[in-house]
Amino acid sequence: MPKVKVKRKSVSLDMTAMCDVAFLLLTFFMLTTKFKPDEVVTVDTPSSVSDLKIPESNLITLYIAKKGVVYMDFDGQEHRLRTLNAMLDKYKVSMTDEQKREFMLGGAFGMPIAELPAYFGMRKEERNRKEVTERLTGVPSDTTNRGELYDWILTARSFNPKYRIAIKGDQEANYEYAKKVIAVLQEQNVNRFNLITSLEMKPAEMQAREKKKAGGKH
Amino acid sequence: MGEVNTDQGGGGKHKKKGAKKMSTKIDMTPMVDLAFLLITFFMLTTTFSKPQTMELNMPDKSKDEKNKSMKVKESRTLTLIMGKNRKTVYYYDGKFEPEETKLKKVDYDKIRSFLLKKKEEKGYNEKGEPQIIVLIKFEDKAKYKNMVDLLDEMHICEIPTYAIVDISEAERLLLPGAGPTTEKDKKQENKS
Repeated sequence: MPKVKVKRKSVSLDMTAMCDVAFLLLTFFMLTTKFKPDEVVTVDTPSSVSDLKIPESNLITLYIAKKGVVYMDFDGQEHRLRTLNAMLDKYKVSMTDEQKREFMLGGAFGMPIAELPAYFGMRKEERNRKEVTERLTGVPSDTTNRGELYDWILTARSFNPKYRIAIKGDQEANYEYAKKVIAVLQEQNVNRFNLITSLEMKPAEMQAREKKKAGGKH
Repeated sequence: MGEVNTDQGGGGKHKKKGAKKMSTKIDMTPMVDLAFLLITFFMLTTTFSKPQTMELNMPDKSKDEKNKSMKVKESRTLTLIMGKNRKTVYYYDGKFEPEETKLKKVDYDKIRSFLLKKKEEKGYNEKGEPQIIVLIKFEDKAKYKNMVDLLDEMHICEIPTYAIVDISEAERLLLPGAGPTTEKDKKQENKS
């Protein structure tokens, strides 16, 4: 028998396949990611074990910042514009078309309606400046619960009844601010809403229980 | 040098001798490294950027006939009260009797086992549903986090009937350190 020549094998393996997969996944994730839009306020949400996902569209978000300043945001450019026009009519405030367009595109706002024209007259970069955002006083919701916040929500909902309402409160905000916002919502018979939270690990006993339930179904 | 080694796997049975061949293969390790790094980044950002929500149903405020029929046995209720002290939860069973009702304390950290114990105490009905009704009340200075946490505990302990109710003045005064709120207090609060 001839001596078997030991074939020298290369230590580097063919990485083409792996590379393909990696880039495929990369492309997938890149295309599906939606980056968070700039937020006027940073809200540190409390965590909960609830794992319901927030609806993607038809959402009115009410931000409650640490100091109790209330911001409002809602999606749908067309609805934003119509709501804005109705509100401007009601409060006898006028805005230029340019400012209205900015409002339509822009995100959350937190100021009395009288200050809207000045705020949306600024450029986007200016609006996000700290001096500007710090001075915002929030959408007024006075004690009678029929303040501007009430009207904003009511008007927005009248144009799009499908709107769901989510409250995004800061965990360090006092309960009274949340109470006030909830009172405004209840004033217009909104008794169901979502609280935005961040995910927290479920305690072990709860996980076990859920597993059992899922197992029972099969 | 002129030869290009196109296929090493299939046709490379006859080893060619001669000039050193340059491999056409490039080292793909850094590229793969980078690709995976980016994948990890995008994976993490996608899953975490979507916030979770918790549904909250508030009791209907409108005073129609329907609500009046919601009278329940008082012994089924448990009232939790949270003040600005975030380490303790105050509670009492049944109906609130001015003068008589004393608030009892339970540690915030131990609230889960406490709730489970109470749930057993109040028993179950024929269908096996817990009888307990939890009323949650907050003083104004309680934190929003407390509210979410307590609601969360209701989910964890599987308590189906609970509600957030406004605190009454008499109950508020029972909380330690809760004097009548004056204008002065409010001013100080605003300063801090």
